[in-house]
Amino acid sequence: MPITRADVEKIAELARLELSEAEMQSFTSQLASILDHIEKLNELDTADVEPMSHSTESGQDTCYTRREDEVRPGLGQKQAVANAPDAEAGYFKVPKVIGM
Amino acid sequence: MSDDKLTIKKVRERIARGEAKAVDLCQKSLDRIEEHAHLNAFLTVTSDRAIQKASEIDKLAADGKALPKLAGALIAVKDNMLIRGVRTTAGSRILFNYIAPYTATAVERLEAEGAIIVGKTNCDEFAMGSSNENSAYGPVKNPWDTSRVPGGSSGGSAVAVATGISTAALGSDTGGSIRQPAGLSGVVGLKPTYGRVSRYGLIAFGSSLDQIGPLSQTVEDAAQVLAVMAGRDPNDATSSNAPVDDYVGATAGDIKGLRVGVPAEYFGEGLDSEVRSSIESAIDKLRQLGAVVVNVSLPHTQYAVPVYYLIATAEASANLARYDGVRYGFRAEEATTLKKMYSRTRDEGFGAEVKRRIMLGTYALSAGYYDAYYGKAQKVRSLIRQDFRDAFAHCDVIATPVSPTAAFRLGEKTDDPLEMYLSDIYTITLNLAGVPGVSVPCGLTSSRMPIGIQLIARHFEEATLLRAAANLERALGFTSTPPLLQH
Repeated sequence: MPITRADVEKIAELARLELSEAEMQSFTSQLASILDHIEKLNELDTADVEPMSHSTESGQDTCYTRREDEVRPGLGQKQAVANAPDAEAGYFKVPKVIGM
Repeated sequence: MSDDKLTIKKVRERIARGEAKAVDLCQKSLDRIEEHAHLNAFLTVTSDRAIQKASEIDKLAADGKALPKLAGALIAVKDNMLIRGVRTTAGSRILFNYIAPYTATAVERLEAEGAIIVGKTNCDEFAMGSSNENSAYGPVKNPWDTSRVPGGSSGGSAVAVATGISTAALGSDTGGSIRQPAGLSGVVGLKPTYGRVSRYGLIAFGSSLDQIGPLSQTVEDAAQVLAVMAGRDPNDATSSNAPVDDYVGATAGDIKGLRVGVPAEYFGEGLDSEVRSSIESAIDKLRQLGAVVVNVSLPHTQYAVPVYYLIATAEASANLARYDGVRYGFRAEEATTLKKMYSRTRDEGFGAEVKRRIMLGTYALSAGYYDAYYGKAQKVRSLIRQDFRDAFAHCDVIATPVSPTAAFRLGEKTDDPLEMYLSDIYTITLNLAGVPGVSVPCGLTSSRMPIGIQLIARHFEEATLLRAAANLERALGFTSTPPLLQH
């Protein structure tokens, strides 16, 4: 299933990337060539293979994924907005959400 | 010949005996950063902070107090790890002015043991790249030949160590980003087991693959740094509480009877003949040291690049969704609606390779393609891990090249992303399987560019890995330094 220009436009929209015309063109051909290489995976029958869900061996890792839900110190409001491009009174400021 | 090198251990001893001052060593390092500024290895130099830490060490020594484990060790940190109050860009325009509000656990542990952080090193944007040409702040140059790349993505860290600016440096490795630049720049680079070192404070790229590790001039120093960083951290749920072995002690052991596996799949088409013969003679050295060399097979190696570029990009597309111009970093001006602001910020803030990977990852995760791409990749990833399990039934470590060729020229592969991806072919399997690996310099090509050999061990067997690497390092006696240091 070759990737089309329309696919690339749709993905760019999903990824919130306003690509230039030049980027649209180069990504369409580059993604096609990368996906063509990826097709190689279809040589393998994986019907009976479990997908890998953790990067080490099960049983080796003795830490638990669950912990007590305890309140711990966080950044705090002042620190949290310190890096914001635009902030006011401890809040992040953004352009209008409603309207085109 | 690590004897001549000013190792972490020697620095600490000299400071303790009053033969050297941490402040002087630190100043020398800061001077070297300036001297080698044309290599573009550093994005931020933390001079004041470094001198301050160094004076604290000197005070301890003057007062006759016991020095911490890494006292006076000069360490550079890849600019995708946070240090409170210090700018952290991840090599991206989108974080050009980001001041970290907290410190990464790995860095915090090093500083708590007296390490001196001299600065933040250049890297491929969000650690995505194999040449350091994807940094928004310009490429890093290889000190062995400044027309060539140092490798990536931890290129600045590799160059900091190769030029002697720092004794060690931290890198992060998602598909080879510590080992490959170490190999191409002639230094040691260690990727620990997934979960061995906390990722807290490491800017996320591929969360099931990312791991922090050291680059250093000697294997012993890699062990010193790992020993301090390793271990469970409550702030990273994937950090392991598997016991932390005596890594430094392990480097002194011998390798008589150690079984070294050699996988044919890593010596096939595409491997440069000079690299091949260098690796083969290094394997011969291991045999002469009493190791038993056996043939093993990792049959799914040929599928690793496609699996990696689905999983890493899918995870990246999710991890990089947070850069939207709201909470930190760059924001595109003039956008009048929120949605426009997001998409313009991301288009202007990210470089081409990052956008390409976000696009690929978004596609792999999108409705209708998930099973065919991401789901399939996770299954083949299981097969790749099974390959390692099967191979390690017959051997204790595996020896392979780090990269198919020595360092390539700047600009040589930038037009063809797929060819760049294929240069990671020998390193990405380890991240997929979660196993640890180390790159050790083993020779030079006829054009005097470094070649690295990669050793691989079972999950959490860094002690065995470092023991094998240290023995090989001693036997090889690799003493060459970049020509620009020979004046």
